[in-house]
Amino acid sequence: MTGINANVGISIAMTAILYGTPLVFAGIGELLAERSGVLNLGVEGMLLMGGVMAFLVSQRMTGPNGLVLLAAVLVAMVASAAMALIHAFVSITLRANQIVSGLALTIFAGAIGLSSYIAEDNRIGGKAGKHQFSQLDLFGLKKFPVIGPILFGQSAMVYLSWLAVIGAVLYLYRTRTGLHLRSVGESPQAADAMGINVTRYRYLHTLAGGALAGAGGAVFTLQIATNWIDGLTAGAGWIAIALVIFSFWRPELLIAGAYLFGAFTSVGFDLQARGITSIPSEFWSALPYVMTIVALVLVSAGSVRRRLGTPAALGIPYVREES
Amino acid sequence: MIRFVARENVPRWLDFVVPLASVVLAMVVAGIMLAATGHNPLTTYQHIVQASLTQPGALSQTLVSMTPLMFTGLAAAVAFRMRLWNIGGEGQLYWGAIGAAGAGLYFHSLPGWLLIPLMMAAGLLAGTLWAAIPGVLRAYLNTNEILTTLMLNYVAANVMYYLIFDSTSYWRDLTSPSAKVFPQGKNLPAAASWPAFQVGSLTIPFGLIVAVGLAVLLWGMIRATRYGFEMRVLADSPAAGKYAGIRTRRKILSLMAISGGIAGLGGASQVGDFSHVLDPRGLEQAGFGYTGIVVAALARYNPLAVVVTSFFIGMLVNAGFALQGPGFPIGLTGTMEGILLFCVLGAEIFTRHRLEIRLPHARPKTQIPAPPVAVGPARGETS
Repeated sequence: MTGINANVGISIAMTAILYGTPLVFAGIGELLAERSGVLNLGVEGMLLMGGVMAFLVSQRMTGPNGLVLLAAVLVAMVASAAMALIHAFVSITLRANQIVSGLALTIFAGAIGLSSYIAEDNRIGGKAGKHQFSQLDLFGLKKFPVIGPILFGQSAMVYLSWLAVIGAVLYLYRTRTGLHLRSVGESPQAADAMGINVTRYRYLHTLAGGALAGAGGAVFTLQIATNWIDGLTAGAGWIAIALVIFSFWRPELLIAGAYLFGAFTSVGFDLQARGITSIPSEFWSALPYVMTIVALVLVSAGSVRRRLGTPAALGIPYVREES
Repeated sequence: MIRFVARENVPRWLDFVVPLASVVLAMVVAGIMLAATGHNPLTTYQHIVQASLTQPGALSQTLVSMTPLMFTGLAAAVAFRMRLWNIGGEGQLYWGAIGAAGAGLYFHSLPGWLLIPLMMAAGLLAGTLWAAIPGVLRAYLNTNEILTTLMLNYVAANVMYYLIFDSTSYWRDLTSPSAKVFPQGKNLPAAASWPAFQVGSLTIPFGLIVAVGLAVLLWGMIRATRYGFEMRVLADSPAAGKYAGIRTRRKILSLMAISGGIAGLGGASQVGDFSHVLDPRGLEQAGFGYTGIVVAALARYNPLAVVVTSFFIGMLVNAGFALQGPGFPIGLTGTMEGILLFCVLGAEIFTRHRLEIRLPHARPKTQIPAPPVAVGPARGETS
């Protein structure tokens, strides 16, 4: 980048969007699942599964760059949706506690779980990435001052994440199934009485949440890190869950929060890369987590309505009353 | 059509048979996964048993692995039992280690019988205070404790790394020349090493005895004290608890503190019993806090059962360390823990419900026999 587009502000904004993108995918996915009444604390595990599967495909598959990347993302989405299916089966059909089942998923797929197992069995840990998403130059407008790189110079995954947000907004507020989804999360009894299949809605949205988390994981291994280290998401899945809470379960707010947290992650890297090391690196590493707590406190302490936007049936298994 | 129907009377034997069957199921599922990825499940299981039970010294190693897991398992069990989701055992254990190592270094001239209790107190206090942060936030501001406790784990890890790798702190060894190149913690004095007891060929760490004592104490507290009773009431029906005048906030805060204190004691035991130094990398890689959640959930949050489940998970963890290599990838430990947890969680419904399978074509059959004409008032009706 040259000229005005080389300044600190633009570079922080670009990295903030990059680090925020997995949060957008995973956050929108969790939002859809929670809107149906299913809390899935397995996001961290699903991100790691998506990440490892995407990296595995990109290492093993040969072919044109675009095709390999497409296949890698699709495989990642399927793998993470499969993880979500376990949670759905255990917590929806078998009515197990959703919190514990989600934690089980994070342990099962997490840093010392299946994602690490797959990486070690296929010896892909530490290998240099062969395929990765690069920044595009849409309509040749990337060099346009300030908004050029931000609007036209992103990678395909960033544009896909924007589509996911727009799609989620339209789906939730402008379609009949979106309305049904919200009713399932608010009052499954009423939804059931209306003839909506509560179980099917919960399964499908939990799976969709998994698939989106898988895409988020792919961003980690195909664009942010471009290699594999066990547990490389470092808690991003948990920040995504927190984002759903302080966006009041609304996709349009979630993306803003995701980029804010992307900025908290990137500002430390950026300052250190510029040789400003008077503040220890651990401070910058801890910053996103501390800010997550601060944001959660601010939202929960809001005295007007404590649980603004929380789906009323969140976390509660639905059992149809039968005579 | 398949559905679950609540059992009218629950046979006692189901409480034992269902968990047992789910463990067998978990072993079958894990076996299928091993076979599918080109490992022989039977030899893998055989290696686990050898490395954690039958080989010379293996059982003592399993006791070492289970000690921290019993502490973090108890910490999770007491909190989860009251539906207080403290996932911060990891960070509380780090702080316990920081506190105990600090006490051990500061009071280095004291004799062991005085120094060891001081280390325990420091670990307990540090864990308690760290857990009090999410405790206060949950009790007074209703902030989701799942996320705050988890976020604080990452903060605690960064504090620990800062103390050893990025500062000239009291915990860091700054004297030896090698320590200047490879940052490491100060070694604790010999008096700060917790005793170990020899029973035949078995070595029992002091921390393990403390943990078992704690398990009994907590079990008694939950079952037989007013505090435990109020805690159970609040867990099962918060509204009833409030109506009965139980101080909810105080209970949440105190329980969080107890849970954090136990995890902190686990950190103290880790320093006093085994590492004798504050070792951030070792603690972070071990992930005792997260594994403790598995231990607690498998025990269904019963402190006495934690003693048993921490042994079995300790076996698995110990085998994971001993067998590390191509035949036993690191990730296998967490994968097997996850499968076990899913099977036990998923099977729980069968203790109170039975599965009813009705084939669609069988339905009209049930409608054919005409109901006998009722002579008297039907059951349930009053005349």
